[in-house]
Amino acid sequence: MQNDQLALAQTRGSVDPRVKRPLPAWVSTTALLLPTYGWLTLAVFLPLLTMLAFSFMSATPMGKTPVEFTLKQYRAFIDQPYLLRIGFNSLMMGFWTTLFCAILGFLAAVALVRATVGKTREALLVLILLPFWTNGLVRVFSWTMVLRENGFLDNLLHMVAPDAGSISILYTRYAVVLGLVHGYLPYMILTCYIALVTIDDAIIEAAASLGARWWTILYKILIPMAAPGLISGAVLIFIPVIGSFMEPRILGGRVGVTMGTVIEDQFTQAFNWPLGASLSFTLLAVVLAIFATFSGILRRGTAG
Amino acid sequence: MAEFSRRNTLKLMTATLAAGASFSLLPRRAFASGQITVLNWQGYGTDEAWSLKQFTEKTGITVVHDYYSSESEMLTKMRTNPGAYDLVVLNAARCAQAVAEDLLQPIDFSKVPNAATVDEALRSNPNFSKDGVGFAVPWVWGMTALAIREGKPKPESYNALADATYKGRVAMDDDAIINVGIGALMTGQNMNDPQDLAAVTEALKSIKPNVKLLWSTEDQWNKSFAADEFDLSIFWSGGSVRSKRNSKLPVEFVVPKEGAVGWVDGLGIPATAPNPEGALAFANWMIDPAFYVEWATKVGAPASSNSSALNSLPADDLSRQVHNPDYLKTMSIMSALPDDRREAFNNVWQEVKAFYAE
Repeated sequence: MQNDQLALAQTRGSVDPRVKRPLPAWVSTTALLLPTYGWLTLAVFLPLLTMLAFSFMSATPMGKTPVEFTLKQYRAFIDQPYLLRIGFNSLMMGFWTTLFCAILGFLAAVALVRATVGKTREALLVLILLPFWTNGLVRVFSWTMVLRENGFLDNLLHMVAPDAGSISILYTRYAVVLGLVHGYLPYMILTCYIALVTIDDAIIEAAASLGARWWTILYKILIPMAAPGLISGAVLIFIPVIGSFMEPRILGGRVGVTMGTVIEDQFTQAFNWPLGASLSFTLLAVVLAIFATFSGILRRGTAG
Repeated sequence: MAEFSRRNTLKLMTATLAAGASFSLLPRRAFASGQITVLNWQGYGTDEAWSLKQFTEKTGITVVHDYYSSESEMLTKMRTNPGAYDLVVLNAARCAQAVAEDLLQPIDFSKVPNAATVDEALRSNPNFSKDGVGFAVPWVWGMTALAIREGKPKPESYNALADATYKGRVAMDDDAIINVGIGALMTGQNMNDPQDLAAVTEALKSIKPNVKLLWSTEDQWNKSFAADEFDLSIFWSGGSVRSKRNSKLPVEFVVPKEGAVGWVDGLGIPATAPNPEGALAFANWMIDPAFYVEWATKVGAPASSNSSALNSLPADDLSRQVHNPDYLKTMSIMSALPDDRREAFNNVWQEVKAFYAE
């Protein structure tokens, strides 16, 4: 009995003379979970439900137009077939952005993990996160200064070769993908980094001592073992990229028309919230269908 | 995680509550009697610092601003934030829409003495009034037509937009109504009610090889024009004056033979405005010759609706030259559009944009 009390006092490390009675466990659990779930309901679930309700309306339920239940908003892809092309272009934009992010992010994470230690590694990680502290809009606008005709890149080229033409890629799809890769790369580096640091050095040493070359180590050990990081990074990037509208609008010029800009136009310009909402949910369904198709690979990857 | 003592848990909960409470209190605005909130485009007359200083000195009313970046966003803001705004700058076409939705209150013109010299044609514009009651003080008017880089030949028609000499050198305004209007003028139709939308779509699609970019703000237009990204553009008359005077850009405003797309902006008071008296005083100041002359000569402005204000400008003033009264003869004024036509216009522009992007 006395021992028990002593042990209890020790675990609490109590030097405080005030008496502390422990609360029942469920009170603390509920109190601590409440903000999270309350916030999720308020910030994610309710708005999503509202938008789902909007998508079945005939007009935006503000103002005097009578609102009826309709499914016509979901016919948009049939009634306006040019949306299919925009949708396909958006998916391709998502694909290329994710691919480039995966290649660059994985290599950067490998370099971080294999080539640096301790303080240097931490400093480099902070440097990778640093651009996140700047507003995304500012970063995209600064790309326009680099990429435009007679911009930074052109000036650099003309210093070396004064007669060369312009290499400006502003207002092309390349510029949009470049801006998106720049914006989303840190996600991929971080998820890959987290997956790579858990790999035991001994495995790689063992492989190397058994005669594996660097590419064998890369394909047989690093990539399979870092697959969970690569996949979660790809999901994290792919979803926001196909809905992005700021980067295409600023860097894309006349080719910068994506599902994101079409949906944004419905909300801000055309005041057709139901159509905007139905397009968003159609896009969501397409994304879920893509993930469902590849769910086997995804599960195997994340389980490994 | 160790055990949580009652004290610690309560402390944490209190802190969370306090944080939540202060957060929800923050955005609340103080509705002091001497304050009005104006909803407008940024950098469009009402928010000139020197003018607000003079106005506050005269009346004791301070002016705060909220901005919109498209006209539909303005309507959305009025619908979703009742009681937040005292004075709204709105286009004639949108004004009719707002009046139909009971978003505005009638104007007591006896409290706006400067309105006596406002052009009668503008004041009785059907978009600004309903059953003979005025719902907005006409403020300024202007034109949307073509802007061309100085030194290039002046285009005579909107069809120059599709001219092969401007390959990759054209900028379009990312606005469905304006573009369908231009398309209608290119095909010889009524801008407000084109019967052959397919022809409009084709005319706009024919510009594709020339289109370099779609601009949506004046700032974006200025940056791209200064970077020599295009020569010919759909642009605003007032914007061209500001670009030339303030940014020293070599731009010339041209009204082609089909005539300009005309617009009139009015000052409306939302039905839910907390301080309508202050708003009327500010509307009166906005059409005051003293304010207008300084705004037009120092910054660059569209034409004032108040003829005595417009006549106070020096004869060689750039804005007065651009807003030549002769253009009023060929100009078509944008009027309110029924919902289905507006939706059709939006779909045309969406389709054209998708075609540009292919």
